[in-house]
Amino acid sequence: MTAHTAVAAPGARFKKILRRKDDHGGAPRLSPLWTFVAWLATLAFFAPVAWMVLTSFHREADAATNPPTPFAPLTLDQYKLLFSRDITPFLLNSAMASIISTILVLALAVPTAYALSIKPVRKWTDVMFFFLSTKFLPAIAALLPVYLIVKDAGMLDNVWTLIVLYTAMNLPIAVWMMRSFLAEVPKEILEAAEVDGANLLTVLWRIVAPVAMPGLAATALICFIFSWNEFMFAVNLTATNASTAPVFLVGFITSEGLFLARLCAAATLVSLPVLIAGFAAQDKLVRGLSLGAVK
Amino acid sequence: MTTLTAPPKTASPPVRPRTSPRAGAWKRRIPLLPALIFTIIVTQLPFVATLVISTLQWNILKPGERHFVGLSNFKFVFTDERLRTAVLNTVVLTASVVLISVVLGLGLAMLLDRRFLGRGLARTMLIAPFLVMPVAAALLWKHAIYNPDYGLLNGTLNAVWRLFGAANGPTVDWVSSYPMPAVVISLVWQWTPFMMLILLAGLQAQPGDVLEAARMDGASALQTFRHITLPHLRQYIELGVLLGTIYVVQTFDAVYTITQGGPGSQTTNLPYEIYLTMFRKYEYGQAAAAGVVVVLGSIVIATFALRTIASLFREEVSR
Repeated sequence: MTAHTAVAAPGARFKKILRRKDDHGGAPRLSPLWTFVAWLATLAFFAPVAWMVLTSFHREADAATNPPTPFAPLTLDQYKLLFSRDITPFLLNSAMASIISTILVLALAVPTAYALSIKPVRKWTDVMFFFLSTKFLPAIAALLPVYLIVKDAGMLDNVWTLIVLYTAMNLPIAVWMMRSFLAEVPKEILEAAEVDGANLLTVLWRIVAPVAMPGLAATALICFIFSWNEFMFAVNLTATNASTAPVFLVGFITSEGLFLARLCAAATLVSLPVLIAGFAAQDKLVRGLSLGAVK
Repeated sequence: MTTLTAPPKTASPPVRPRTSPRAGAWKRRIPLLPALIFTIIVTQLPFVATLVISTLQWNILKPGERHFVGLSNFKFVFTDERLRTAVLNTVVLTASVVLISVVLGLGLAMLLDRRFLGRGLARTMLIAPFLVMPVAAALLWKHAIYNPDYGLLNGTLNAVWRLFGAANGPTVDWVSSYPMPAVVISLVWQWTPFMMLILLAGLQAQPGDVLEAARMDGASALQTFRHITLPHLRQYIELGVLLGTIYVVQTFDAVYTITQGGPGSQTTNLPYEIYLTMFRKYEYGQAAAAGVVVVLGSIVIATFALRTIASLFREEVSR
């Protein structure tokens, strides 16, 4: 096989130079038919999202119709109603739980990743697998003891309870991600810096930080998404003071009956931070979600 | 190099070289400790507590009757009809969601690996389902899509039927008539983009010259796919299946929101059944025992899973 490449090299090499980095051999372009299929599939997957957003800008009377009326007049009423009906505290609780737990996760994960990659402790793979193994245990199995402990400690309906749980929930992922990012810091540079007498802080700040910063951002993004979307702990451990956005969504359906347009507005609103963050950092998302294994 | 630096060291006491590596090892371990201790406290202690509670007869509606019953809760877990249904539902739900979304994700990744008009936009639109908050997605499917009277699904069917001259389209109550497929489809919708992202990353890491060589050799597209692309993607597919399984086994939001485990217990999976045992029946002992069984099951899956992940490490460790 390799012999053939060598024979065919001249023309192929020229073509390869012309191609963009992410376009490799095989058919470089989709045929019109397959382009049509690709777009059809894309639109099919996107349709529920589009429908959610569109309905959120409709009046209630135009939302629940059969057949659907996509061209009904647009209005911001649903969003105004949501804010006048106290969605704000829920969003604030979500923001607080997600942001603080993300900061805590990073504060714990970065030194850990340092100890597992740059100056690895012995048996570092065992430590990695210990962290990962905590992810294999379903959260539901921990819910009962956590509920009882939290209840005894008088910490039910408290945002800090969620913060601690979310930190524990995301820490293994963050350790795995940060380790893979820190492992990319070239060992030679680190050694050279040490030979030059740079102390640990200088090394961290001048060499590790610049390389790891995109990784840190990606890790923060993933942790934020998982915390923001978490539902089971939030719905079972909070009541009125500490409830987060997903709990608001479910509670508001049962307490107000079904207002489809308002439901869609609420669903859009609570998904918005994650949608924006996810669109902005698509590539980081892949690596983060695969625990840094896919490069 | 060590032999060169050794002579000046003779002046120092002989104790020093013995302690310094140990001190160095601790210096290396210190950054690790906060996270390790935190994780052990928050994740391992509850598990020990679960083990203890699983040996108790404990219903908070019957205070004062809490007592040690040994393994009888486990006997209950393995013989209870509802729990067996829940195990079966969990397997069906997880297997179908993961398999379907991997296959669809692979198809989409193959398409998006090639250039076409608006590829970047298509990719952005495709990952949207994964980014919508799971509870919001579940509510969206239940009310805006599956609803028999004004959901998008029946509404569209109705519009199409009218287009062809029929008075009214069929009215199907999707969630009641097809509860499990309804949950599965909503989850496949959420997880396919995730699989696509991972597999797309795999496809783009494919060495171009190998594909080119295959083409020069006159391999058909199907042959190239079977003998080159698929083996190359194997690791990525395994990773997708693995991570998908970890998360889909724990599905709670969708079941809680779309079907509440019903009708009957047709869509009650293990997490939801444990939730019901805990917060509806208040049988803490039984819930804990079921939790322990779930953990044991997860450990079995995880053993296979870890082997897969270890293979990702292998080249790095040997380096």
